[in-house]
Amino acid sequence: MSAHHPAAPVGGKLFNTATLVCAALIAAMIAVLFVRFIFGLGAVTNLNDGYPWGVWVVVDVVIGSAFACGGFSVAMLVYIFNRGHYHPLVRPALLASLFGYTLAGVGVLFDLGRWWNFWHILWPGYANPNSVMFEVAVCISAYIVVMWIEFSPVFMEKLGMKVQKQKLEKVLFFFIALGTLLPMMHQSSLGTLLVVMGPQVNPLWQTPFVPLLYLLSAITLGYGIVLFESCVTASAYRREIELHLLQPMARIMLGVLAVFLAVRFGDLIVRGALGHAFAPSLEAFFFWLEIGCFTAPFLVVGSAAARRNPARLFLAGVAIMLGGVLLRLNGFLIGYDTGLGVDHGWNYFPSIAEMLVTLGMFAVEVLAYIIITRRFPVLPREAAAH
Amino acid sequence: MTSRRHFLKGCLAGGAAAASVALIPETAEARDTLQRPPEALGLLYDATLCVGCQACVAACKQANENPAEFTAVDKLWDTPLDTSGHTFNLIKMYRHGTMETKDAEQNGFAFMKTSCMHCADPSCVSACPVSAMTKDPVTGVVGYDADACIGCRYCVAACPFGIPKYQYDSPTGKIGKCELCRHRHQDGHYSACAEVCPTGATLFGRTEDLLAEAKRRLALKPGEWTSIPRGRLEKPGENVDEAARWKAPLNQHYEAQVGNYLQHVYGETEYGGTQVLKLSAVNFQKAGQPDLPPKSSAATSETIQHTLYGGLIMPLAVLAGLTWVAKRNVVPEDQEKKGDQS
Repeated sequence: MSAHHPAAPVGGKLFNTATLVCAALIAAMIAVLFVRFIFGLGAVTNLNDGYPWGVWVVVDVVIGSAFACGGFSVAMLVYIFNRGHYHPLVRPALLASLFGYTLAGVGVLFDLGRWWNFWHILWPGYANPNSVMFEVAVCISAYIVVMWIEFSPVFMEKLGMKVQKQKLEKVLFFFIALGTLLPMMHQSSLGTLLVVMGPQVNPLWQTPFVPLLYLLSAITLGYGIVLFESCVTASAYRREIELHLLQPMARIMLGVLAVFLAVRFGDLIVRGALGHAFAPSLEAFFFWLEIGCFTAPFLVVGSAAARRNPARLFLAGVAIMLGGVLLRLNGFLIGYDTGLGVDHGWNYFPSIAEMLVTLGMFAVEVLAYIIITRRFPVLPREAAAH
Repeated sequence: MTSRRHFLKGCLAGGAAAASVALIPETAEARDTLQRPPEALGLLYDATLCVGCQACVAACKQANENPAEFTAVDKLWDTPLDTSGHTFNLIKMYRHGTMETKDAEQNGFAFMKTSCMHCADPSCVSACPVSAMTKDPVTGVVGYDADACIGCRYCVAACPFGIPKYQYDSPTGKIGKCELCRHRHQDGHYSACAEVCPTGATLFGRTEDLLAEAKRRLALKPGEWTSIPRGRLEKPGENVDEAARWKAPLNQHYEAQVGNYLQHVYGETEYGGTQVLKLSAVNFQKAGQPDLPPKSSAATSETIQHTLYGGLIMPLAVLAGLTWVAKRNVVPEDQEKKGDQS
């Protein structure tokens, strides 16, 4: 992995308030998981047959992996669109993605009712290529491996494996191409998961164009996450914000976002589903909340002047993240009604224990990000850059 | 300058990649809604004949070795309120107003059987990533294999009838659903619910024959007396060998009055058709049966899936494009010279 501004470990202490809070959350998660694996899903979750998928699937996996699209979005910008000057953003974004995806992969196991059979999904004879979930599983598994390969130069630098690093860099372009293709495939397929649920999903989110919507939103989400992470990292490590990079990147983000919104509304109008957005329903409320979050960045960082303001860039990143969260939450939970509202009376809201696991997963990610950036060459070296 | 040219090339390749990965026209590998196999087996449930005795619920529990589920205070009887991972069949009740008249929507009541519909094109089979849900190519029975299942519950989410259910109360929970008693077919037993039904409200047979029987009833005048089969409906012109496959005696017919049916065989076309068919005098939606289009969602989902990934042609083409672009843009660190790129 080439580095225009050489990356360097941040250094500093590993025990501080942030890492200790993360450790406490992780301990709580482990306690809940212990109960879950001894007594079953019903012992700790509020899952039921009307809502068989709760936050462990929708937040930890569907949203978690979309949050991990920073690496994919930035790598695409740098290596496919040849915008080399964004290079300093690649490693930190890739690191966050690496953990986001690896944890989404592990998180699936917590939710699988018969987890010891998990390998069937990739095993010929069991695997069902007609299933959208099969496609998601194959691509995510492959992508996790590809990302560890893409990121391995960082460890090789640290461990002084010069020869291996040179060899790897000769073929790295292929892994980068693969690392761009695979997220395109599974981020779109995560949306396609909804299609087979048919009319149980509200027409505001049930469309044959759902793969395109999920893909486009995942790309913008990737840029939103990078804005968010760069601002948080800069403030937490008291480093300078890479404004000269974030500012033009925010513009690209708005461009993709505009395409997303055009497809979103074009699809609703063509299918004649827009009427559902004006029904006096919870679904309609959440639809407009989602659209509000996706349009907010245009108001917050629409002008070049506004994009020079780090606080506004941060807000735009957060708005996009919320929009992405809502698009997925709406499709899978709020707009999902098992058996089409016929007299079932199912309800779902995550239990405290369920939320503790989700929080614990995010804590693992944050903790790992802190440890790795402090000890490994991920973030651009401050002094060398300026 | 070179950077701008590269950028445009990248835009082209990347844009084409994104477009081709995500475009969904229902063209190429379009997959039609699947049809029932010709020898498909199923049930005909006639709500106007049902007396709500729940003998079928008890028989189903026994045949599938399911435990009782208690919802009442005294815990004396099996009282499930809905199908579950331990209850595969249930007679539910429609109630309105004073509940004076059977099979009336106003101030009436009616029964409705809830169990697997054995769809011609089942969503659960399409959704299942590990082939734990399968459709028998001959009988069309939608079966479940716990040894293959990973417990992801995508089938639970996918089914519009709310049929596959998961056993949340167990660390090794399985999916529970009606499999038309396929494990008893070898011994000559057919679906336990139809075997025990005293009024023939639940009838077992080939779906084709059941559909003909349903249409015969719809063509009769309400209140008229007619012969109603019970247990198993024989195939027209069935020979001795075919009849010998099943244990229960034939000639269980009896005379009953024709119900005040809605002119609709539920399951004939819903979601591409199901192998379990239903007749009712009360609106099907009011009785708890979802209103579904004639096209299955499995067909839509698999069309998208195979348009994008059929033969891996599109992913490989996109990968080739991306590799070509990436090879030009990725410069190994040791070969990188200062000022090589903008």
